[in-house]
Amino acid sequence: MSTTDERMAARKRAEVERQALDAIDDRLGSSSFLRSAMDKIFPDHWSFMVGEISMYTLLILIITGVYLAGFYHASNTVVTYHGSYKPLDGVKMTDAYRSVINISFDVRAGLVMRQIHHWAAVVFLAAVAFHLCRIFFTGAFRKPRETNWIIGLTLLLVVMLEGYTGYSLPDDLLSGTGVRVVYSIIESIPFIGTWLAYVIIGTTYPGENIEPRLFVIHEFLFPLIIIGLLTAHLMILWRQKHTDFPGPGKTEHNIVGSRLWPQYTLKSAGLFMIVFAVLAAMGGLIQINPIWIYGPYTPYAVSAGSQPDWYVGWLDGAVRLWPHWEFRSWGHEIANPFFPGILMPGIVFSIMYAWPLIDKRLYHDYAEHNLLDRPRDKAARTAIGVAAITFFADCTFASATDLLGNNFQMPFERLIEIFQYGAFVGPIVAGVIAYKVCKSLQLSSSHPIKRPTGGIIIRSAEGGYHTLGDDHGAGHGADGRAGNGHSVDGHDGDTVGADGHPGDGQGRPDDEIEEPVVAAPAPPAQESGPS
Amino acid sequence: MTTTNEPATSHRDGSPVVRSDLTEGPYPEDTPPGQDDTWYRFRNDPAGARRAELRIAVCFMVTAAASVALAVVYVLGGQPQAEGALLFFAFTGLGVGFVLWARDLLPGHDIAEDRGDHSGSETARQMVVGALNRGLDPMMERRLLLKVLGLAGGVFGIVIAFPIASFGERPLRTLYHTAWRPGLRLVADDGTPVRLGDLPINGIMTVFPEGVTDDNGLAASQTLLLNIGDLPFKVYPGHGDWSPILNGQRYVAFSKVCTHAGCPVGLYNRGSHQLVCPCHQSTFDVLGRCNPVFGPASRSLPQLPMAVNGDGYLVARSDYTEAIGPGFWNRGDGSNGVKPT
Repeated sequence: MSTTDERMAARKRAEVERQALDAIDDRLGSSSFLRSAMDKIFPDHWSFMVGEISMYTLLILIITGVYLAGFYHASNTVVTYHGSYKPLDGVKMTDAYRSVINISFDVRAGLVMRQIHHWAAVVFLAAVAFHLCRIFFTGAFRKPRETNWIIGLTLLLVVMLEGYTGYSLPDDLLSGTGVRVVYSIIESIPFIGTWLAYVIIGTTYPGENIEPRLFVIHEFLFPLIIIGLLTAHLMILWRQKHTDFPGPGKTEHNIVGSRLWPQYTLKSAGLFMIVFAVLAAMGGLIQINPIWIYGPYTPYAVSAGSQPDWYVGWLDGAVRLWPHWEFRSWGHEIANPFFPGILMPGIVFSIMYAWPLIDKRLYHDYAEHNLLDRPRDKAARTAIGVAAITFFADCTFASATDLLGNNFQMPFERLIEIFQYGAFVGPIVAGVIAYKVCKSLQLSSSHPIKRPTGGIIIRSAEGGYHTLGDDHGAGHGADGRAGNGHSVDGHDGDTVGADGHPGDGQGRPDDEIEEPVVAAPAPPAQESGPS
Repeated sequence: MTTTNEPATSHRDGSPVVRSDLTEGPYPEDTPPGQDDTWYRFRNDPAGARRAELRIAVCFMVTAAASVALAVVYVLGGQPQAEGALLFFAFTGLGVGFVLWARDLLPGHDIAEDRGDHSGSETARQMVVGALNRGLDPMMERRLLLKVLGLAGGVFGIVIAFPIASFGERPLRTLYHTAWRPGLRLVADDGTPVRLGDLPINGIMTVFPEGVTDDNGLAASQTLLLNIGDLPFKVYPGHGDWSPILNGQRYVAFSKVCTHAGCPVGLYNRGSHQLVCPCHQSTFDVLGRCNPVFGPASRSLPQLPMAVNGDGYLVARSDYTEAIGPGFWNRGDGSNGVKPT
């Protein structure tokens, strides 16, 4: 094609575009919004993809979930199986279980859809958890983003329950056992537990309504809540603009990155496709939840090695680790599962919900922040986060005590005791180590290439020499506590070395240094400040 | 790599983009400084652009080819592994193609923009307060109306929730009683009644009340029957005849529902005579009347009172004398007193 033809085509296309946009704008007046939307800047750091990944896995869950809902029978009616999977021929099972067996063996592309759906759920929760960690450790929850922190935590709660209800739908032996345990946990809630369990299940366990009720919760109620909350989450993000890491050219007042159109749109669409690709490969090639092996649920059978999906593991582990306490008096009792199943997660989530407030108190920092912290610069926060993750990990591994016991030829009693101690000692040790590591990372350089190695010797106005940090070191704790959260250059709450002074990378007060000289091994003093 | 230094302009309001911030620090050398809105990686490199275009085209071709193969697999009857693998290639082709297209041939990298101030002005805030009180002030004056509205809302709010109760029956009787009745024979899961003497020493089996087939009945009534031989068994005073003996071998029966979280206590350690719950490893000592010896359970598995009928079959002497399974708020005082209904 010649250039003239191309030019003609472009002109023609512009006319068509114009007509279409005119038609829309006449009716919606959307031009200025579209304009600013397409120009909107999104920063490029890789860790910001994790939230996107969770959004796209959700989309994949909706697509595959709608497909599966077309074949699933939410019914506890007992039937006798006579299908194409011969090992189960003649076995009594619920209609729900039979329909999932049919999806797996008789519906063309059914198994791949089912396994993509399950893998997507597993990855979804992992991405959400990773996203939460990223937000926490970088301080992205600080003002003005507390609302989104709270919405995000609520999403996490609902999404965990959504995953659990989905896990329970096939009515196989494993999921039925999971339902039994949760029924007991609900039953153990003081005052209302007994009634609540009955309201949910209709009668004593297992009842006849559980699958229909779980289904309407899983495919209607919770998705509605999730989509509603996610919409709010994204609208607030859009309004407040994304946070960004400090770095060259970045300040509290600007945002550097790619425009929504076309750069970010195509990159993000590409990410969606790649996420779908990986999940499709997992769904096709890696078996997950082979319910035909577990068999249908019977209330009096159970297999060893009953594990929930990973995101419920910390609760299952806590239920195993909790000592055999129960409180009985005045004709009432608080049964054991209440403490690890309701109270402990309740406390954990309360602390997480309150964290923006706690963080403000901890660092005396009530200012707005668009630039993120580096985890090392907020050593106390990072240590607490690492301790919490260690606690969750300990509980999660404890949910596999029976499998670990088999693998390592250890009595499960010893393993449980180890994990019980681990739940206390592990977080403390990990937290202290994290704190120390943060502190030494602060002392070493932020960007080893950019700063001189060795210590810094200062020549004072009188002509004397001293190593930076020797007599100035008592001032400004980089985690902001000693220095009440105001860094030396006046950026509220910013930390030394991470305060948007690009190229400096050393975070020392400029007015203190007259002639930095690179010297031999004396440790550099990042944290010195006006005492 | 091109390094144009022309300043970008903001198109949002016509004012220039705040670039001053970008000059605060040096860019790392691999990042082109001061990109404008039309810069892209191969803008000044037609040969490179051509190669990039080819790469992206190959990606999209992979998608097209994988799609054709996917169609063939589906039409031939479907095969999960092939479907997964082909979906992977189809999506990867699209995904990598998009990313490369954006990276190499499309503008919009490294643009800086002023965040602007998202909070409203003082005047705006005052106006909102004014608008709010335009309604609230006259409403608050009507004390009577507010009180009556509070009453109506409170009463109606409670009553409107009544239908929730329809979701469940009243949780009383069914929590304290199982399907066991005096004289009901103990049967295996295939319906065969069990005779005293059917189990070998140290044998164990799951039994149910004869004639019970519904899941709820089976779930609550499931019972473990054990032959503990002549081992010393801690008999509760007055319960000596709950566990029949034949030829010196004692038969005992306990609820199979774990008193911790309700799983079936399905594992039996023949060496130590301990029952272990596979869910959370609560461990019960059979010879100590199934008292918990390890794990989170804090209550013994209830014992089923047994007898032998005229034909030598094992029968229930009565229902369990306490509520089986995990604890709940109004279970009672925790001793063996069953709440009457």
